[in-house]
Amino acid sequence: MYKGGKIIAALIIFVAFLTFPIFYNLGKANAGPDVPVVQQTATTQCVEPAEYMRANHMQLLNKWRDSFVQQGKTEYVNSQGKTFEISLQSCLQCHSTGTVPNAGGASIPASNTGGVSNPALNTSDQFCVSCHNYASVKPTCWSCHSGPEGATK
Amino acid sequence: MKALYSFLAVIVLILIATLGVNVANMSSVFGIIVPYLAFVVFVGGFVYRVIKWGKSPVPFRIPTTCGQQKSLPWIKQSKIENPTSALGVIVRMALEILFFRSLFRNTKTELKEGPYGPQLAYGSAKWLWFGSLVFHWSFLIIVIRHLRLFIEPVPFFVQMLDGLDGMLQIGLPPIYLTDLFFVVAVTFLFLRRILIPRVKYISLPADYFPLFMIFSIAVSGILMRYFYKVDIIAIKEFAIGLAQFHPVIPQGIGVIFYVHIFLVSVLFAYFPLSKLMHMGGIFLSPTRNMISNNRMVRHINPWNPVLEVHTYEHYEDEFREKMKKVGLPVEKE
Ligand code: HEC
Ligand code: HEC
Ligand code: HEC
Repeated sequence: MYKGGKIIAALIIFVAFLTFPIFYNLGKANAGPDVPVVQQTATTQCVEPAEYMRANHMQLLNKWRDSFVQQGKTEYVNSQGKTFEISLQSCLQCHSTGTVPNAGGASIPASNTGGVSNPALNTSDQFCVSCHNYASVKPTCWSCHSGPEGATK
Repeated sequence: MKALYSFLAVIVLILIATLGVNVANMSSVFGIIVPYLAFVVFVGGFVYRVIKWGKSPVPFRIPTTCGQQKSLPWIKQSKIENPTSALGVIVRMALEILFFRSLFRNTKTELKEGPYGPQLAYGSAKWLWFGSLVFHWSFLIIVIRHLRLFIEPVPFFVQMLDGLDGMLQIGLPPIYLTDLFFVVAVTFLFLRRILIPRVKYISLPADYFPLFMIFSIAVSGILMRYFYKVDIIAIKEFAIGLAQFHPVIPQGIGVIFYVHIFLVSVLFAYFPLSKLMHMGGIFLSPTRNMISNNRMVRHINPWNPVLEVHTYEHYEDEFREKMKKVGLPVEKE
């Protein structure tokens, strides 16, 4: 080979780039995000079915925002005919610290009357955040809206 | 016609993935086996081809005419276009690889009706350069952005790139600028091939096929992000599983995801067999990657055979006595 040293070195760097995810993840657990579990009962389901929410909640929020801000609607009727108040706070009623005392004081105990959150399981207020960190998304919503404690992090 | 064949080939691939997953239930084939195979073919094929190129003879340095060669002191040398230092070559290669310097020189040739009949006219033609630049940079950014699905925790530069790309914050999830640029640029590169008769004439199925593949990959990705939403968390767990060699097929993921990764896998496996290898080849461009010091340094042809040389000194040593005897002059006594 002519200039073999340089070519081989470049190839090694190239392969190192390609296999970067393999080495980066080496020996780590593939655990997924630590999403606090929200207990589902007959009366307390998410706005839409959970599978749908998992992939589509941002579009639902977008729809909510548009129908609230542009069309002045304040209520959303889901696919099962249940009515929800259009507000980011609705999400946090169920998806927040629950009854666990929160030093930051940013949780909304008043809205936790639904009794959905199971304090035993729902020890974290990071419902939205842990998932978003994992997927590396940073919704900007909390710069204006009041969110769950830790949502701004 | 040639475009049509390539188009049909891509449609067939999409159908294979759709039917394979939906009807034949082979999601582990399309989700695990095919991506691994593609990766091996890609890396192996790429390395093989570059090494094969590396073994071919390197031509003598070719000083191209696009910059003044180093000459008399009062003639200004073009230090980057015609470099005599390693640094100059590095800058020239960087300009070539990052900004497509040679393509920037692209000109168009036209016959124009002049006052005395047809006239040959040359003009600058930057659209191809601009389209390629947009295309390649978007592609690179998109590839880097995908790292967020393969590694945990996501490094800062990936997050930053992601944020920059979505900075217009249109819609939720925010529209990535590179998605738009990418689709527009691929469309441009395709239209160029079918609308300009000369380019169309020299275009082969191997030119159209990558364009259709890349276009379909982009469209399937865009559909998946904005329209047929998939569960990103499940996909990330699956992708990390692939990287850790413990892949687990995610449940309830739409077929669009399999179409997307099947097309990507086919493109990767096709890569080393095709003109896409210009990704590695550009580094080996002989007119760009050598110092233009033809006349400053002695270059010995590396594949010259080793000849046994009989110099005059040896000759005299051998025949000195005989030479003296017949009265021939000798240099050493
Ligand atoms: C620039 C500040 C700002 C940002 C950022 C912002 N919003 Fe809003 N949002 C508002 C304002 C102002 C209203 C109207 C409140 C009202 O009329 O009571 C509103 C209303 C809403 C509403 C309906 C009412 C309510 O109280 O929830 C939704 C839903 C909503 N926004 C969702 C979002 C989402 C989702 C994001 C992040 C992607 C977001 N917003 C980001 C300012 C903002
Ligand atoms: C009435 C209470 C309630 C409200 C209001 C509510 N959720 Fe839920 N949500 C739940 C429950 C319960 C689950 C868990 C369902 C399950 O796992 O089967 C859930 C699940 C989810 C999930 C999937 C989590 C996972 O681990 O897969 C997302 C995402 C989500 N909700 C987002 C939202 C958003 C965004 C809003 C506001 C628009 C919202 N939820 C409003 C009760 C609620
Ligand atoms: C099951 C994990 C999960 C949970 C829980 C979750 N999200 Fe998300 N969210 C995601 C993913 C994944 C995306 C990005 C989707 C994408 O990139 O296409 C996202 C995106 C968003 C976006 C759009 C912003 C963007 O940059 O794409 C908003 C707004 C949002 N989520 C709001 C919420 C709120 C509010 C909650 C809590 C009530 C919540 N999410 C809980 C997974 C989750």
